[in-house]
Amino acid sequence: MITKAQKKSQIKVITGNAAAAIAAKLARPDVVAAYPITPQTEIIEQISQFHANGEMDCELITVEGENSAMNAVMAASIAGGRVFTATSSWGLVFMYDAILAAAGARAPVVMVNVNRETPGIIAVSSGQQDMISTRDAGWIFLIAEDCQEVLDLVLQAYRLAEDYDIQVPVMVHYDGFYLSYLSEGVNVPFQEDVDKFLSVLKTQPERTKLVPGGKLGCGSHGILLGYLELRHKHMSAMERAKAKFERIDKEYEEIFGRSYGGLVEEYRMDDADAVLVGSGSMCGTIKAVIDEKRAAGVKIGLLKLRMYRPFPSEAMIKALKGKKAIGVVDRSLCFGFKGGPIYTELKAFETQLGGSKMISFIDGIANTDITKINVATMIDMTCDLAAGKDVREVTWVSYPEAQEEGGL
Amino acid sequence: MSEVRFHGRGGQGVVTTSKILANAFARTGQFGASFPMFGFERRGAPVTAFGRFSDKPVREKTQIYNPDIIVVLDPSQRNSPAVFQGLLPGGMMLLNDSDNTINVSHENLRKLGIINANKIAQEEIGLVIPNTVVVGAFARLSGLLDIEPCCDALQDYFSGKKLAANIICAKRGFEEVQLFDL
Repeated sequence: MITKAQKKSQIKVITGNAAAAIAAKLARPDVVAAYPITPQTEIIEQISQFHANGEMDCELITVEGENSAMNAVMAASIAGGRVFTATSSWGLVFMYDAILAAAGARAPVVMVNVNRETPGIIAVSSGQQDMISTRDAGWIFLIAEDCQEVLDLVLQAYRLAEDYDIQVPVMVHYDGFYLSYLSEGVNVPFQEDVDKFLSVLKTQPERTKLVPGGKLGCGSHGILLGYLELRHKHMSAMERAKAKFERIDKEYEEIFGRSYGGLVEEYRMDDADAVLVGSGSMCGTIKAVIDEKRAAGVKIGLLKLRMYRPFPSEAMIKALKGKKAIGVVDRSLCFGFKGGPIYTELKAFETQLGGSKMISFIDGIANTDITKINVATMIDMTCDLAAGKDVREVTWVSYPEAQEEGGL
Repeated sequence: MSEVRFHGRGGQGVVTTSKILANAFARTGQFGASFPMFGFERRGAPVTAFGRFSDKPVREKTQIYNPDIIVVLDPSQRNSPAVFQGLLPGGMMLLNDSDNTINVSHENLRKLGIINANKIAQEEIGLVIPNTVVVGAFARLSGLLDIEPCCDALQDYFSGKKLAANIICAKRGFEEVQLFDL
């Protein structure tokens, strides 16, 4: 991405994990607590190195497991601190009760989750099932496409989580292996600019803190009056996060010269008849294939989800309304619905899309790679649908046997 | 865009080889992106890495199935079908081997470079970690970039005596690689 603020940064060739660690350092957290897990380990190694070198002035708690990591950062957050942690897959699962508690306490924790499969303990491969399985924990979910966006989203996550009007924990997701270990050029901003970007948080009213000796309790027990009110307030804050994130994206552009379009990024959508909807690293591959298809006259575009929770339905409807056909690519499963989770959720808004037809693609799970050939297949099928042809509703792109069995 | 696939074993520095090359391309104003694919990190296990090098930003985030160039750090894999899988016509291969006779063949292979990177690494850094020698040899074989950005890129991964020794490794790789047209 061309930036008008090149001079305000330096290009470093780093991995997605290093980009996350550097972003965490630039945000100047008070407390970091984390436990290593493939493919997230490098983040913790780098932060430990920064801490050991004196480049990071934070309390670094090397806990014995992820559950403690989340409890530690939640407590530090409730005490008023800025916090960071990172996990993946089984680590996310192992802190599940604590992520629910952090959301319920409205603790503005920022966490990176490096997406990895969860079905079966040997599932050391990419996939979003870990994200999907925690989608309604009450956190805001953001998803990055490349190493630059990893860095940018972690910084933006602090603005969102700690905003006085939001105060909801934020999880930044990116694909394990395909992004966690991808080395590419990243514009690393200077500390003074990051300080400026985050300084807004110091000028807002101070959030409620739990301090020793203070007459304040924390944690809703759910039996007293007000519990329903808290649930509704949480829901309202999540809705407010949509417009807030759009504004943060614009402010980020003013300082750093990069904008992604807010909740969703539209790629060659203007005159597209057919659109793929995707998220994460697959979007880079999809863009490359779209350019090849466009050169051959195919009117195809991409709608990239950058926020997944709250589900940015309004922005998606606005971008997709009137398109002839939509193919949604999911790298996870949603049992009982046949189609993928994001497909299923978008399907709930079908009546507002102005007659767009929809199909679902499952790919990039269980060690499969979303290849350029697979993307071309998805584009062809979505274009067939746009042309009025009969196309099956759900396709497991890397597993033709699924179609042969006719099981779905 | 050139697509390069690296084959080796955990501990040989396969991943670092691909990273250093991505870094070197970025230093020339071009674009490089590389990533490995493995499950659990284990010394000795086969490791594959992918590198894309281009004058335009690299957006693809998928493995490489049709490489223009294959780089083999582990000589025992030189005739493995997996190494040659999908090699495009006019393909190049860089092989780390103590034997500099041509003992590999593939219908699409047109240019072969052989470098005794283990020996050079042993002499210069005292360890059989061939990666920085391979970086220099790659620059020469591929003709895609000069040796200077490769040496500059090493600064991001080494310092002090190790940096100096690895720069010598890269330069020796560049100078000593034997090239064969097939």
